Amino acid sequence: MSAPDGPSSEMVPGDAVVSTRRWMARGARAAISIPALILTAAFVGYAGLARETGLTLAETLAMTGFIWALPSIVVLTGAFSSGMGLIPAAVAVALASVRLMPMTMALMPLVKVPGKTKTWQLLIASHFVAVTAWVYAMKNLPDLPREGRLPFFIGFGSAVTGFVFCMTGLAYLLVERLPDMVAGALVLLTPVYFLCSLWGAARLLADKAAMVAGLALGPVFFLFLPGLDLLWTGLLGGTLAYGITRYWRRGLS
Amino acid sequence: MTEALMETWWGPFVVILVAGWLATDVWRWLGVFAGGHLREDGELLIWVRCVATALVAGVISKLILFPQGVLADTPLALRLAAAAFGFLAFQVSRQRVIVGVLAAEAFLVIGWLSLDVLR
Repeated sequence: MSAPDGPSSEMVPGDAVVSTRRWMARGARAAISIPALILTAAFVGYAGLARETGLTLAETLAMTGFIWALPSIVVLTGAFSSGMGLIPAAVAVALASVRLMPMTMALMPLVKVPGKTKTWQLLIASHFVAVTAWVYAMKNLPDLPREGRLPFFIGFGSAVTGFVFCMTGLAYLLVERLPDMVAGALVLLTPVYFLCSLWGAARLLADKAAMVAGLALGPVFFLFLPGLDLLWTGLLGGTLAYGITRYWRRGLS
Repeated sequence: MTEALMETWWGPFVVILVAGWLATDVWRWLGVFAGGHLREDGELLIWVRCVATALVAGVISKLILFPQGVLADTPLALRLAAAAFGFLAFQVSRQRVIVGVLAAEAFLVIGWLSLDVLR
């Protein structure tokens, strides 16, 4: 299934279009997956929260589609319910979303075909960067031929987003109030899913060390530096993990 | 000013676009520009991935230690034990995510039910 490398892979434009479409279709098909179901369940839980908060259906869906990162959506929902102003709400959401920048950065060398991929294509694809698609991409994209990775990711991302969008709307309309235990179980789903899949996607010892550091430092910074906590967790935990495993790999060179 | 804005039908959507969409996607766009020149096998990329991974791990432990809604009423020890049990099941099952998730959920529900009975 791998595309031929080198000059022989030069295709006529018509062929390239078909093949890009085929990669997108493959990505969309791959979206029918356990991660997508788990994310859907998490958003079903969110629909209940949004309804209790007093958001309308249109507002709930607008948040889902435009923000597309559950922790940031939860922050903005909280801002709505507490009557926070536009600027403070934007700052709170921006702080909760900083993590998307290093995640997107780490994805770029994977999906980019040097000299061929246009920046606007990457900007469109970047909207789908959120933990679920990112973890899936980091784990599975390296196995695909380079040309197919970006369309595959866009197909995967748009299929998951579209499905979750519809299910969130359905859940908002149908589920009046979830039983406590079901709602609680849905809330636990996301962290456990992240925990397992992030570990599974870790390629190097450095990635695993970073994960352990982040797990340990996250709550500490949350208690002592709320607001900027995730940023510090990432910078300090990630740098520590990188430094220590680098020393382990190659000494002080 | 904000209250007047939220009174109109379009006000909430302006807030969602500015404080939601723009405040989130700007980081993704910055990531595209900053990540465009990273080399796939470079040391810098390893560090960036470490930072991203630690950040996501921070989200995970926050969700377990300080959850939203009804899950906050369960004892911390139960949530930690359920997550640990799920991770163990994930490892034992040769890293099958679905096994880990179901094991953690089963642990949580059974623990929750038995705590209710004991009370």
